Amino acid sequence: MDVARLVELNATYARVIDNEQFEEWPKLFLDPCLYKVTTAENVARGLEGGLIYADTRGMLEDRISSLRKVNIYEGQRYRHIVGLPMVLGQANGTAEVETPFLIVRIMRDGAMDVFATGCYRDKVKPDSAGALRFEERVVVCDGRRFDTLVAIPL
Amino acid sequence: MDIRHDETIRELRPQAPQHVWPDDSLARVPYWVYRDEANYQREVERLFCGATWNFVCVEADIPNKGDYRTNHVGAMPVIVVRGPDGEINCFENRCAHRGALIAFDDGGNVQNNFKCIYHAWSYDLAGNLRGIAFEHGINGPDGVMRGGMPKDFSRDQFSPRKLRTTTLGGLVFATLSPDTPPIEDYIGSDVLGRLKRVLNRPIRVMGRFVQPLPNNWKLYVENVKDTYHASLLHTFLTTFRITRLTQGGGVLVSPDGGSHSSYTIAIPEGTNATAYKDQQIRTDQDGRFALADPSVLDSVEEFGDHIQLQILSVFPSFVLQQIYNCLAVRQVVPRGPDKMDLVWTYFGFDDDTPEMNRRRLKQQNLVGPAGFVSMEDGCVGGFVQRGTAAADDKVSVVEMGGSTAESQATRATEASVRGFWKAYRRHMGY
Repeated sequence: MDVARLVELNATYARVIDNEQFEEWPKLFLDPCLYKVTTAENVARGLEGGLIYADTRGMLEDRISSLRKVNIYEGQRYRHIVGLPMVLGQANGTAEVETPFLIVRIMRDGAMDVFATGCYRDKVKPDSAGALRFEERVVVCDGRRFDTLVAIPL
Repeated sequence: MDIRHDETIRELRPQAPQHVWPDDSLARVPYWVYRDEANYQREVERLFCGATWNFVCVEADIPNKGDYRTNHVGAMPVIVVRGPDGEINCFENRCAHRGALIAFDDGGNVQNNFKCIYHAWSYDLAGNLRGIAFEHGINGPDGVMRGGMPKDFSRDQFSPRKLRTTTLGGLVFATLSPDTPPIEDYIGSDVLGRLKRVLNRPIRVMGRFVQPLPNNWKLYVENVKDTYHASLLHTFLTTFRITRLTQGGGVLVSPDGGSHSSYTIAIPEGTNATAYKDQQIRTDQDGRFALADPSVLDSVEEFGDHIQLQILSVFPSFVLQQIYNCLAVRQVVPRGPDKMDLVWTYFGFDDDTPEMNRRRLKQQNLVGPAGFVSMEDGCVGGFVQRGTAAADDKVSVVEMGGSTAESQATRATEASVRGFWKAYRRHMGY
């Protein structure tokens, strides 16, 4: 799989979140899909539970509508710094890809902190129109600590 | 030479709090209690090191001899370990020599002993000091033995503090005090029944997360016990009728006030069904907010009693949660007067079917740091902590449902919050 296209997919992913175009985010996934936020520790221990666990695009859309209309949290946004994707394998048109990330959270009062670092473990393949989409994105955070709350997807 | 240094410190530390409790009512809580450093030290000693049961791990974490986990009882680091005869031991994670952590990881397995890395003093699985490196000194080039510990040094008197342990439904609790009553009496028969209702067979851990919160630990414990807030703060709960005050349910408070269980019964509301609409409660978004994929709420009756939501606490810092089929224990770990960690352990049962496992994974979206419901509990404590920054001499009003702390057949009450303060004041001597 063309690494340049994977870079573009990741750039789009980071951009829609950081620019708060959250409604665009579910569109980057196939349906059904898997989006899970977990930790390296849980993965190492074989624990399946996730901080966020969605296996349909509808569940991703619900994350966003809940974020927009339902949940209460203090104003904040993210800045994603996404590293280069590494293609670990390919089969039947699906690429297994690993990409490191760093997310800085900017609070409404201006405080900036490293909120999460980790690795996206993805399965990526083209949709019916040929655009690369996530069949799976498992967000494996390096640490187990999540300060106060995780409102916006990582 | 064998003065217990911890006792010496205790004598020197001032016992008098800087503040006094404002009056006798359980319905008023002074704000200094969330901020004061001396009060925090007093909590470490009197509550967490006092006659209380503190959650330290689940039995499933340490099935075999030598399996251990590290944790905290209040501010005190502890090791909890499965002993040679299957018993569970717990002792302070502090080397008797120079005070270093004996174990500095989350857990693992040791054969027969723990060894401090600093000077290789070693401890058996019960926390007894067993070995001291070069205890009898060491031979010099001239063949003469020099150094070592004094001959009259008594190892027995220098072991880390040992805690008594007890197990209940696969949970392990520990206490430093010889006076703590059996845990069944400590939480009382009502709350005990509710705990056993959920923890009725072997569990399996499904995931762990830590949520550091920018508030005093008691603000979170109060939030857990506060059945009044749940459907007012959390739109998700109200809109999807996971819990509303108009549904059946109530709150059970242990005789000493400290432990509680609140519950919501899965029966349709009666003539009161429009109460949230009538009062224009923000959280009632019925008809205005709908899920694209409601499978997150697909649940099955698991315990055979129509209780769809149960929150249970054991004084001072343990929470057991059942929201539909989403099960978790939460441990509150204080980190000073204005910080705490909330440690989440999601679990299911050994005999879960693949369908039940998937259901639990989906419902875990409701809780934890990113929970549709729980994320808001993460920030409200901080709002109180910041809101009360200049209000040490002011009090909060905890008067919904009266000013006493007994069980009530409604959740429009703060009875269990008052219960917490009843137990807190007794332990703290306020």
